[in-house]
Amino acid sequence: MREVILFFFIIVAGTGGELCVSRAMKSIGEVHDFSPKSILSFVLQSLRLPWMWMGIALMSLGFFSLLAILSFQEVSFVVPVSALSYAAGAFGAKAFLSERISQNRWIGIAIVCLGVTIVWWSRK
Amino acid sequence: MTQTRRLQLKTIPMILISIILGPLGNVFLGKAMKSVGPVASGGIHDLIPIASRVLTSGYIWLGIACLLGFFIVHMLLLTWADYSYVQPATSLSYLSISILSYLLLGETISPLRWLGVTVICLGVFLVGRTSPSTTGAPHRA
Repeated sequence: MREVILFFFIIVAGTGGELCVSRAMKSIGEVHDFSPKSILSFVLQSLRLPWMWMGIALMSLGFFSLLAILSFQEVSFVVPVSALSYAAGAFGAKAFLSERISQNRWIGIAIVCLGVTIVWWSRK
Repeated sequence: MTQTRRLQLKTIPMILISIILGPLGNVFLGKAMKSVGPVASGGIHDLIPIASRVLTSGYIWLGIACLLGFFIVHMLLLTWADYSYVQPATSLSYLSISILSYLLLGETISPLRWLGVTVICLGVFLVGRTSPSTTGAPHRA
């Protein structure tokens, strides 16, 4: 049961955080220049965006849940199961970022979910 | 050079870097947390001693450093490519995490788990074979 709760936070909070960060990044626009100075300015610019902080808060919750579950479960079990964030990511990207999810991508996501189910069966 | 080709030329190397850094970070976190012991069973009063044990572990900082590197690469990717492309593509890391946790942590990975991970990678492969950006920004051809 505690695994299920922790996985919920890893997947839902982690994915929600990434969606917020993506929204922040899209408002900055494409990065063309990779000099240290422009990377620094890119980081400072991103830290001024509320979406960025919302993303960081949610991803932190996901991260601490990951640490908690890693203290008693194997890395090779925890990380593959957290691939369920694909499904969460696709639904979220469609609803929140207006990205179009193609039929092929949905098929891929369904296969990922099948793989996660198989990995779950391998739980020790 | 087409727009898509140009996007792929810079997207793919960045994805490769994140495929190594992300799993390596998780392996180090796993190593650190195993040395701390199970934390989800304790009460709130255990939080401070647990936190101090976690924070004084060298591996936790090594893991965080790898994940921070991964996060920066990931953020750069997200400035030009769609989230629903980047997330699946970087997630070929599910194969490398299995190999790394076998090699570095000595985890025994059952045939069933290898099968599951392989199925996940197959799903990832299908998901990754779509256009890097779909929302139609003005620069796109």
